[in-house]
Amino acid sequence: MRLPPLALLALAALALLLAAPWVIYPAFLMKALCFALFAAAFNLLLGYAGLLSFGHAAFFGGAAYVTAHAAKVWGWPPELAILGGTLAAALLGLAMGALAIRRQGIYFAMTTLALAQMLFFLFLQAPFTGGEDGIQGVPQGRLLGLIDLGQPTSAYYAVLAIAALGHLALYRIIHSPFGQVLKAVRDNEARARSLGYEVDRYKLTAFVLSATLAGLAGGTKALVFQIATLADVQWQMSGEVVLMTLLGGIGTVAGPAVGAFLSVGLESALATSGLPVAAVIGAVFIACVLVFRRGLVGEIGARLKIRI
Amino acid sequence: MSVQVLSGQLLLGLINGAFYALLSLGLAVIFGVLGIINFAHGAFYMVGAFAAWGLATYLDVGYWPALVLVPLAMGLLGMGVERLMLKRLAGLDPLYGLLATFGLALVLEGTFRQVYGSSGQPYPVPEALQGGVNLGFMFLPLYRGWVVAASIVVCLATWLAIERTALGARLRAVTERPDVAQALGLNVPLLVTVTFGVAVALAAFAGVMAAPVYQANPLMGSNLIIVVFAVVVIGGMGSLSGAILSGYGLGLAEGMTKVFYPPAANIVVFVIMAVVLMVRPAGLFGRAS
Amino acid sequence: MPEAVLSVNGLDGHYGDSHVLHGVNFSIRAGEVVTLVGRNGAGKTSTLRAIMGLLPRRSGSIALRGRQLIGLPPHRIARAGIGYVPDDRGIFASLSVAENLALPPRAQAGALSDGEIDALFPRLKERRASPGTKLSGGEQQMLAIARALRTGARLLLLDEPTEGLAPVIVQQIGAILRDLKSRGYTVLLVEQNVHFAASVADRHIVMENGRVVDSLDNAELAADPGRLDRFLGV
Repeated sequence: MRLPPLALLALAALALLLAAPWVIYPAFLMKALCFALFAAAFNLLLGYAGLLSFGHAAFFGGAAYVTAHAAKVWGWPPELAILGGTLAAALLGLAMGALAIRRQGIYFAMTTLALAQMLFFLFLQAPFTGGEDGIQGVPQGRLLGLIDLGQPTSAYYAVLAIAALGHLALYRIIHSPFGQVLKAVRDNEARARSLGYEVDRYKLTAFVLSATLAGLAGGTKALVFQIATLADVQWQMSGEVVLMTLLGGIGTVAGPAVGAFLSVGLESALATSGLPVAAVIGAVFIACVLVFRRGLVGEIGARLKIRI
Repeated sequence: MSVQVLSGQLLLGLINGAFYALLSLGLAVIFGVLGIINFAHGAFYMVGAFAAWGLATYLDVGYWPALVLVPLAMGLLGMGVERLMLKRLAGLDPLYGLLATFGLALVLEGTFRQVYGSSGQPYPVPEALQGGVNLGFMFLPLYRGWVVAASIVVCLATWLAIERTALGARLRAVTERPDVAQALGLNVPLLVTVTFGVAVALAAFAGVMAAPVYQANPLMGSNLIIVVFAVVVIGGMGSLSGAILSGYGLGLAEGMTKVFYPPAANIVVFVIMAVVLMVRPAGLFGRAS
Repeated sequence: MPEAVLSVNGLDGHYGDSHVLHGVNFSIRAGEVVTLVGRNGAGKTSTLRAIMGLLPRRSGSIALRGRQLIGLPPHRIARAGIGYVPDDRGIFASLSVAENLALPPRAQAGALSDGEIDALFPRLKERRASPGTKLSGGEQQMLAIARALRTGARLLLLDEPTEGLAPVIVQQIGAILRDLKSRGYTVLLVEQNVHFAASVADRHIVMENGRVVDSLDNAELAADPGRLDRFLGV
């Protein structure tokens, strides 16, 4: 049996990632993996439903806060804490999505940004979030009572498993009948509507799924890095996930993960350079939009005429 | 509650509203002719405030010349941005325009943060407008009165120029059908560039006016622009008068909230946006699309 | 024989991936009134749009009194002296009648004066202040033609000026076109209505599948009235 290029690529990536902690710091890898899942979840909405959310930090950061609070204050075990954060993100996604899908295109983007900003202010003032300090020193605990998340290598493999499962789920969603309808809505909303699809329902479902997986990424991040802060819910975070997706390739399966690794790598390289990180990120953004709209994976895919 | 407190907060709300109105008017004009949302509009406002501060600090140029020079210079910069960047995105999904200008906002904000940190640079109130007058029911600081009056005049003048003059008729034609307008002999690319420049100049003008009130702060732009986005979602960008009225109205709503329930003051605009989306998705002044 | 005002040679045009014009050739002499006839989708409107520079991609040659128009942006083409009336008339809803009229810049000296325009289009004069789209279809058409005349252009491109109009209005438009011809204007119009075409034009250019397939003058049309039917499929 010949495997499709995407499956080969996924296996190669998995093999590389399994071996990676011997070469690269697990902390860097875990961060990149959390963002890879975050970006992939975001891409479900932008790449396959054509909806640009500029407020996805709400789900990532919201889940991070809930997970951190559950683990630290309520003493929940890690798997339940992450689940709680993910569920919170799903509910948030349902509320925000229901409002945002009432407008299209550019208004949708502005609406999500504004709603996420509202959430930012709520978190800023809410007593349980610790204001400017955030929730620090979140206990890592043992995942499923077995895996010690305080130990970097085992934590890394746990994160890898979560990210891989998240990607698998997204892949299944994209290639399901539901995903096909979503693409039809993206390509021509009026046509999909005239074919009898309840477009708003599909959009909302995609929004909630995307928010849920973004929450899974945020909750995982909060546990393994033991911290949830305002930076996780801020608009810059929403922008960052857009950049990762754009960098890797909007609407490609592998793009967001590649973009996340590139972006996290770029940031850690810049951190010691003395250059203004935000300004460089902004310049990359502009360059991508002007000359590199297909992104890295999209460009390679187009050159080799394969779908990755 | 005393009349003094109430009217004081309403005045503050009106000042915020003045900036919302100037920026949302600019956004609506840009959206009309370029079809994009300019995320960098807040950054231009911030650079306008810093430019005024820089002129005063390094070149000893005062408020009044700055109020003219800064918008002019920023307008030219805006035209450069349109020619070098936004023009290349014409005909693409408008989301790319949003993303490119988002990148520009990051560049501007990141650079100023690197140089000036995230604290504000104080800028003095111009001498002629120091002090205030007692109106009987409240004490009106002269500068704040000036901000409200000047912004109303500028908004009205812009509105009149677009709705009531021959040049404005050209702009409306370009907004409606750029291809037909160009085939009738209008230099549409030039009009688009100049329009973007004028809208950026408006943002910079707001920035100069804001410097004595809020200081020049690298973060002032992004904080403002997100609220202005909500204002624009509430008002809809189909009507310029709608953009202006929503700006002042929401500023006032914010001021009122500060009086009656201070903790909700910084989210009230977003709450109103959510309510408007529920009951009138097209926006208060928008046509259903 | 008067010189050619407009010569189109080997004109190719594209909308995205679809190739809509395939080597279109024709020319129009000064003072002529010429129709482009053909079925829907034959490329008539695309030809006018290509001349105005409104097609995304075009190649070949379009010369206005010897000046090459390929490569010029639409506003430069208009200012070179072409008055254009698009198929939907292109009246701006947010502009009043007066604003619509005053919109295009004067391209050339010798434009009709406001008085002459008022005399030619009496109904527009009464409706100066109303919004452009409050006009009837016929009035909108008159406004679009008047607007093109105000630029001073001596060559007019009219895309289906009679479409959807009542017979009495069609007659008025015919009268206006004959008046313009007597003033020496050159007119290229897309027309589906063969009777109307024969009543105003000197010559007819037939298009099919993005090509010019026939050209005949009124005498030839009168001699063989069936010659157009083949292409129009009526």
